[in-house]
Amino acid sequence: MMTVRGMPNVAGARCRFPRRLVVGLTIVTLIIVTALLSFVWTPFDVSAIDVGGKLLPPSAGHLLGTDHFGRDTLSMVMVGARSALAVALVAVIIGAGIGVPLGLVAAARRGWVSQFIMRGNDLIFAFPALLMAVMIAAIHGPGAVNAMIAIGLFNIPVFARVARGGALTIWSREYILAARVAGKGRMLISVQHVLPNIAGLLIVQVAIQLALAVVAEAGLSYVGLGVQPPSPSWGRMLAEAQTMIGFAPSLAIFPGLAIMILVFGFGLIGDGLNDHLNPRLRKER
Amino acid sequence: MLLDVRNLTVHIDDMPILKSVSLQLKMGEILGIAGESGSGKTMSALAIVGLLPQGAKSRGDIRVNGHDLANADETTFCNVRGKEVGIVFQEPMTALNPVQSIGRQVAEAIRIHQDLSRSESQKLASEALEKVGLPAKSFSLDRYPHSLSGGQRQRVAIAIATILKPALLIADEPTTALDVTTQAEILSLFRRLADEDGVGIILVTHDLAVIAETADQVAIMHNGSVVEAGEVQTIFRGTNEAYTKALLRDTAHVPVRSRLDNYSDQPVLEARHLVREYAGPVSWFGRSEGFRAVDDVSLSVFANENIGLVGESGCGKSTLLRTILGLDTPQAGQVEVFGRQFPSPSRKDMHWLRRKIQVVFQDPFGTFDPRWRVSQLVSENLYLAETPLTRGETRQKVDAILDQVGLSMSDADRYPHEFSGGQRQRLAIARALITEPSIIALDEAVSSLDVSIRARILDLLAELSDRLGVSYLFVTHDLSIARVITDRILVMKDGQIVEEGKTEQVFSSPSHAYTQRLLAAAPQLEQAVLKST
Repeated sequence: MMTVRGMPNVAGARCRFPRRLVVGLTIVTLIIVTALLSFVWTPFDVSAIDVGGKLLPPSAGHLLGTDHFGRDTLSMVMVGARSALAVALVAVIIGAGIGVPLGLVAAARRGWVSQFIMRGNDLIFAFPALLMAVMIAAIHGPGAVNAMIAIGLFNIPVFARVARGGALTIWSREYILAARVAGKGRMLISVQHVLPNIAGLLIVQVAIQLALAVVAEAGLSYVGLGVQPPSPSWGRMLAEAQTMIGFAPSLAIFPGLAIMILVFGFGLIGDGLNDHLNPRLRKER
Repeated sequence: MLLDVRNLTVHIDDMPILKSVSLQLKMGEILGIAGESGSGKTMSALAIVGLLPQGAKSRGDIRVNGHDLANADETTFCNVRGKEVGIVFQEPMTALNPVQSIGRQVAEAIRIHQDLSRSESQKLASEALEKVGLPAKSFSLDRYPHSLSGGQRQRVAIAIATILKPALLIADEPTTALDVTTQAEILSLFRRLADEDGVGIILVTHDLAVIAETADQVAIMHNGSVVEAGEVQTIFRGTNEAYTKALLRDTAHVPVRSRLDNYSDQPVLEARHLVREYAGPVSWFGRSEGFRAVDDVSLSVFANENIGLVGESGCGKSTLLRTILGLDTPQAGQVEVFGRQFPSPSRKDMHWLRRKIQVVFQDPFGTFDPRWRVSQLVSENLYLAETPLTRGETRQKVDAILDQVGLSMSDADRYPHEFSGGQRQRLAIARALITEPSIIALDEAVSSLDVSIRARILDLLAELSDRLGVSYLFVTHDLSIARVITDRILVMKDGQIVEEGKTEQVFSSPSHAYTQRLLAAAPQLEQAVLKST
């Protein structure tokens, strides 16, 4: 109705960032800072083995205790944040970088092009990320890069679907007709009009996929297909702690907490952004 | 007094929405509340039944049929809504639940308020539907909303609103989304409800002609206050209120045009035997029959000539326009602009042709990318320029064109949401004009605007066509607009053009039965006021 849309946005006048977004950003920023800090300083050298001081409980010397080789858990968690963030980030960049253009093309070109892209996506979707990683590891060997590729591939159809869905609604707007009357081609319109208008949708999806990618990376490391020893990773720390969980539970608890907090942070960012960018939800808050 | 509202004041977040509004209505009368968008006419009606948006605070006296509703809580309102006051909204498409049969939805309205068995309520439902002109004999209760036309849906909505025999019926723009012939039927249904059942009806509408034809009393609203209220005849015949006068004048506004009768006989646009067919659904036995939205249509537009293409919704006029603009591919027939094939396979030719034929779309809110600045939006069509323009040249053109449509240069850096509906439509015209076109197609370009703004836009269009020699192709369902701005008119029905002729001739002596019906159904302000003398 015209009158409602013409009215000034009453809620917008006192619009602030949602609290969830602020908390999520704070958590993720702290973890990024920790990961960056680990390049220049960690309490102990992560590769320093100290058989005498193995399996120590948390204490003033080793804040989070030590593992079965006497390595400092806090240092390992700090360094582990690097691979968790790097793998998640690169995987999502791969997924969005390939998936979004595919989705835009699928929306711009109906017919067989769209069918071809989307059915190809379904094919990738049908494989679990883990299975894909096992396949890639079987061919190229395990490692962080292959984990990135495997998780990235899994992200492609997610972004393609979100981009296509959002783009299809934008394509039905009158300003697209106006751009067509201005003689612009489908690809140009996709870049100039469609992409900026679905950007909010995509950013929310990026945050959600980052959270999922952190879990996926931990999972791959857990089964030994992620970052290879001796570089520490949260997933492998969990795997190694498994046999000692009876007498050294802190070895499992801290990397587990780290994964949980990072996922929680990304999740809050995704939720908060969704609230912030979606005006319909914003009004109800 | 059935309805007595006194000194109703409503604030939303300390912004005054209604200022001391008073409304009175007797049994069996229809009160028209008229005003432009944002005048508070809908708010006044909703305040009566406590349907104000969240955060709204109201003060004042509201009495409906003896009930004091001024300080009523939600429970009281729930008892009043439906039973004492029925409500009909504008959009019949969304007012009904798509997954329930209409019989069930009408029956539900009774079962909320009365403890009746399923069969009893079904019986009452079929009676209510019969009353609104949908007898159960020919109109099954098991039908679902998607299989009904807009007018039928609105009848169902009215049946739901009136089934409990409320003393007061509130209808918020009930016919705005409907075609004129359907509108006439719904309005006469309201009249019957008032005359036969003694229902008091509040008819909220922006259309003064609708009020002149249907209502007994009228309240003119402006900026949240009632400017004037009284008998329709008294007010519409001789008001002294400046605002009412302006509103009446703008409703019947005729833009001044210096008519050029010597059109060249070379058409600037010619469409021949266009056919646009939509494929039918595919089944196991192949494709079923398709739907011909445009069925063998030919038309031509000459230089300096304004053409009106009128018809009801679904007649194919928008599809025809899209086909002419090359946004949709016809199955047969061709379009020529200045004798050249359009669309043309050559990119250079195509850009030249696109510069010659431009368009202004209907929705001033949807026609601009919300993320672009005005300067970018208005200059988007310069993409068609033969040689790319420099930043400075583009800016010069934008400034000049904004000036032409009555906006200022400083508007170029703003975003579209900062403009009102009328200003946006000026921007849309600027965007079309920037390539110096010979033809501008206007797809319902003024239909959604308030009358005062519509009058100014029509003036602007008339002035531009005189000065620049642009031809217009007006696509509209609103006959009163077509009448004042076009030279020649084409009437479309079911994908075909059923009548064509000089505008005055078609209006004074329509030859096709459909045109006659269309003209008879269209509410007319002057005739309605004169008729009842």
